[in-house]
Amino acid sequence: MFWTVTQSLISGLGTATQLFALTLLFGLPLGLVIAFGSMSKWRPLKAVVDVIVWIIRGTPLMLQLIIIYYGPGLWLDSNIWGGGSSGRMTACVIAFVINYSCYFSVIYRGGIQGVPVGQREAAEVLGFTKSQIFFKVTLLQMIKRIVPPMSNEIITLVKDTSLARIIAITELIKAGESYMKSAGIIWPLFYTGLFYLVFVGILTIVFNLIERKLSYFR
Amino acid sequence: MSILDVQHIEKNFGATKVLKDINFSLDEGQVLAIIGSSGSGKTTLLRCLNFLETPNTGRIVVRGETLFDAADPATQQEKEIRRKRLHFGLVFQSFNLFPQYTALENVTLAERLMAKERPDFKANKKKILAAIDAEGMALLEKMGLKERAGHYPHQLSGGQQQRVAIARALALHPDILCFDEPTSALDPELTGEVLKVIRGLAEQHTTMIIVTHEMSFARDVADQVLFMDGGVVVEQGSPEAVFYHPQQERTKQFLDKFNGD
Repeated sequence: MFWTVTQSLISGLGTATQLFALTLLFGLPLGLVIAFGSMSKWRPLKAVVDVIVWIIRGTPLMLQLIIIYYGPGLWLDSNIWGGGSSGRMTACVIAFVINYSCYFSVIYRGGIQGVPVGQREAAEVLGFTKSQIFFKVTLLQMIKRIVPPMSNEIITLVKDTSLARIIAITELIKAGESYMKSAGIIWPLFYTGLFYLVFVGILTIVFNLIERKLSYFR
Repeated sequence: MSILDVQHIEKNFGATKVLKDINFSLDEGQVLAIIGSSGSGKTTLLRCLNFLETPNTGRIVVRGETLFDAADPATQQEKEIRRKRLHFGLVFQSFNLFPQYTALENVTLAERLMAKERPDFKANKKKILAAIDAEGMALLEKMGLKERAGHYPHQLSGGQQQRVAIARALALHPDILCFDEPTSALDPELTGEVLKVIRGLAEQHTTMIIVTHEMSFARDVADQVLFMDGGVVVEQGSPEAVFYHPQQERTKQFLDKFNGD
């Protein structure tokens, strides 16, 4: 039994990891784009971006997930996501990317605005070009600033992958819970908790390494 | 001939007139001290000279070349400004060293980046960079910081950081070195070491403009003193004239506050 449970949990972990990785892959760059949008000097763009971020951060990810997966089928009378588990996964990744990129954008913005104006001015006075200012002066200071809030957000993402079960994706918890119904046992659920702990533990080590790498300056 | 001519500079922030018809000129090798209470426009004036603010009217002329003319957009092109601002160096009140670079890297970074634009850079890369580093080390030595070259800004005291900032500004050989209240962010016991360095530069006839609250220092070091209040130059002249024989009531009031200094 232990081996059977382990195998299905590993499979659930695979699904969760896939969702986690794809969300970061698309969400991290999209977040930067949204961040620049929200800092735009062109008012209409800034207003639109601000409203989107407000809506996405102001409503539950679970609600967004349900609407994105079931909405098109009900409104357009056709399931644009395609059938089966790959369709579910596509919809799920899109919902997660939209949601998380909005959170990331706020972190990026804080990081960019947190670099003192004096840094840019000092570089300007020394005749740096705009791109030299960004790459040689601002970027590393910004990265250093966003590592702690980013690590928080990314650790939350690990656990949020469990929301995917609401559109019947068999991630970790759904995999573990199925034994509660079929075999009447609860220990597989505790076992899923262990998977999350290890996953987050590894991430914590990685983030600590990055923080230490950047601790040579203040 | 004067090295710097500032003519009819005005600057508004919205409806507030921060600078009103500022005129002065400076001879090569001379030190100009700008004094005045906070909010009098001293810092804004310095920022205008360094192209960090764009004046609404007026002209800035260095060695006969018009660097900026508010009436002539051709003098305000981005690419040109990059070159022109190198006539000036600026030392900030808050140092603004780049935290991720060592003292030496702070001093040499701008020159290293500029060297990349040289046509012979690829061929002589090692030689060029070695020369830049050697010059940077020499500057740090002049500031009494030779043994701190490998330290990062946060490992240095405020006074040491400010001296690195001075070396960084000197590295680009500006015609005119500007200081924006260089000791205001320092503990009193660290002020002296920075003032000593600036004094040394004055003795070597470095052309400088110093915005400062250190009255006795201004009196000793400056060849010319400019007292600003409410965005206008109230009084200018030799330290003797301004400090001991002020003609304007506002100057007297201001200096009275520093009596016993």
